[in-house]
Amino acid sequence: MTRVFISRDSTALSLGAEQVAKALEQQASSKGLSAEIVRNGSRGLFWLEPLVEVETSQGRVAYGPVQVEDVAPLLDAGLLDGKQHPLYLGNIEEIAYFKNQNRLTFARVGLTDPVNIDDYLAHDGYRGLKNALALQATEIVKQVTDSGLRGRGGAAFPTGIKWNTVLNAPADQKYIVCNADEGDSGTFSDRMIMEGDPFVLIEGMTIAGLAVGATQGYIYLRVEYPHAKIALNQAIEAAYKNGYLGENIQNSGKTFHLEVRSGAGAYICGEETSLLESLEGKRGLVRFKPPLPAIVGLFGKPTIVNNVISLASIPVILDKGGEYYKNYGMGRSRGTLPLQLAGNIKHPGLFEVAFGMTLRELLYDYGGGSASGRPIRAVQVGGPLGAYLHESQFDTPLDYEAFAAISAVLGHGGIVVHDDTVNMADMARYAMEFCVEESCGKCTPCRIGSTRGVEVIDRIVEGVQKDKNTVLLRDLCDTMTYGSLCAMGGMTPFPVLSALNHFPEDFGLQSAKA
Amino acid sequence: MQDYQTQKPTVLEILNTHQAMPGNLLPILHGIQDTLGYIPPAAVVDIAKSLNLSQAEVHGVISFYHYFRETPPGEHTIRICRAESCQAMNGKALETHVKQQLGIDFHETTADGIFSLEPVYCLGNCACSPSITIDDEVMGRVTTEKFDRLLATYKGAK
Ligand SMILES: Cc1cc2nc3c(=O)[nH]c(=O)nc-3n(C[C@H](O)[C@H](O)[C@H](O)COP(=O)(O)O)c2cc1C
Ligand code: SF4
Ligand code: FES
Repeated sequence: MTRVFISRDSTALSLGAEQVAKALEQQASSKGLSAEIVRNGSRGLFWLEPLVEVETSQGRVAYGPVQVEDVAPLLDAGLLDGKQHPLYLGNIEEIAYFKNQNRLTFARVGLTDPVNIDDYLAHDGYRGLKNALALQATEIVKQVTDSGLRGRGGAAFPTGIKWNTVLNAPADQKYIVCNADEGDSGTFSDRMIMEGDPFVLIEGMTIAGLAVGATQGYIYLRVEYPHAKIALNQAIEAAYKNGYLGENIQNSGKTFHLEVRSGAGAYICGEETSLLESLEGKRGLVRFKPPLPAIVGLFGKPTIVNNVISLASIPVILDKGGEYYKNYGMGRSRGTLPLQLAGNIKHPGLFEVAFGMTLRELLYDYGGGSASGRPIRAVQVGGPLGAYLHESQFDTPLDYEAFAAISAVLGHGGIVVHDDTVNMADMARYAMEFCVEESCGKCTPCRIGSTRGVEVIDRIVEGVQKDKNTVLLRDLCDTMTYGSLCAMGGMTPFPVLSALNHFPEDFGLQSAKA
Repeated sequence: MQDYQTQKPTVLEILNTHQAMPGNLLPILHGIQDTLGYIPPAAVVDIAKSLNLSQAEVHGVISFYHYFRETPPGEHTIRICRAESCQAMNGKALETHVKQQLGIDFHETTADGIFSLEPVYCLGNCACSPSITIDDEVMGRVTTEKFDRLLATYKGAK
């Protein structure tokens, strides 16, 4: 039976993958051809989705993008034997966009059946856990520290230090919480892991449990991701059935339980303390720190809160060692970052690469420039709280420190491209509006300041006392930066000021430098 | 609007199955909204009693989260992404078009009760912006023409 792979990833589905899978199944069987359709994750080359991959004697052969009306001609052309056709792409792993990546965390995404545990085991799954079970807790934490892994959720805090704090906090109960709130625009790598290789997240969380002595884990998943929830629950069930979750994991005497909890459409619940409040069943108000969640976290107990990608990077670290992981990257940014190319870009998708590539390389060599064919004018990196970069900054290497040096952030690695039709005063206004909409309301600079921010930008654009209002906007941003309790109010000035500084003409202002 | 007395057994049953769960308020609210389509304001009394909270606290939680609603939705809920990546691909024009076609604004339901419209901030489908969902289905690269075709099929399927 020939195996045919068609993705179950949300983005592939949003382009018609489900209908293509159905058509292929029906038409193959009515022609008396035998094909087994495997629903895999996506390789992340989204301009080629819906992608169909066929297992042949010459290896895996891809076709795409495939629409329902292409199915009959493809079958006639000999799809199941990997024959030529205008949509023929050859082996997807040979395409430069894929080949030049460093897929450590995403190694299996698109390759395997995401919820088949045998497939996971056959592709190096659970090797990290196996090693971890043979180690002392301190040795597991040491591997993570040695890897140089920094939190991929935004703040880039060293994961090893966080884990060590929880390890050393004495308590009768500890928790592992996975932050799967992924609220940033332009980001989808958390979703792709959860839909495309949920076991790797489950394995990472189980290892985290062993490392700090936590027996219960929660995945706090945003409600906008229904397909991820299905895949996670299918994988969790399979892990329980096969002795990889629950009591006495693989006869080790260790216990780890895991459950998925749904958010309810609040961006601020991605902030870790607000997330914990939400998990406890409350309004998502940000908590004062200290105490850190590592000391007083969920239900008052020591808690690791880590991003999906941080946790999903743990299995390869425990499998191949901290040093192996550390060998990728530059400076203090070690390992790989799954970058997400979105917005107005010809080749949007997921690109996992060691830190250090420049934005320009990514945008033009791999991204292919804008989707509209017009010049790229502004690129927002790191979500709605990230700065807008101007063409003159595209040579900045993707590295936490290099970005900080130009008053920008890498955040979760989301890259949103705008062509020259964008109005940057509109984007700055939107950033303030977003803060109004999503502020938890606890502190004044964020709650009230953002509303004032919208008004001030409107006045500048209308030409009312331009200079005075520009000074006022800068003052307001200052107050928000220094007077806010969390990064929602504290970082909204990044998109606003970068838009104002790099694109003053859109505000009807004169450019400061020629 | 439905009479709460007919909904009450469902609410009590959901409260009952979540009794022992730590941090159970959100799962309970999701359970109610998943089954009834919304959280009837009258249910707040029962939820508060069961969890030993004040009604104000329960209401405070419901109103904090964008996803929860206290009025019944239309048969289909359309959500349009308003975030940056979708804006970069003409999301705003789509938004205007959708409101015009449906004749409603955000948080409203069409007079025939078929469609409700809600804003959403990113669906994780930014690689194929602009994105919308109709019920649980995500659609990418939605042009105004594509939207009109989708609308027709949902109306036809009614
Ligand atoms: C407003 C706001 C929103 C955030 N949203 C997310 C999010 O969606 N996902 C995430 O992992 N971290 C998010 N964070 C960062 C978390 O607070 C926290 O730093 C992170 O979950 C820690 O995990 P890490 O160390 O693995 O990155 C957000 C922070 C702020 C201030
Ligand atoms: S900065 Fe905004 S979101 Fe953060 S705690 Fe203050 S009010 Fe809440
Ligand atoms: S910004 Fe619209 S789907 Fe992400």
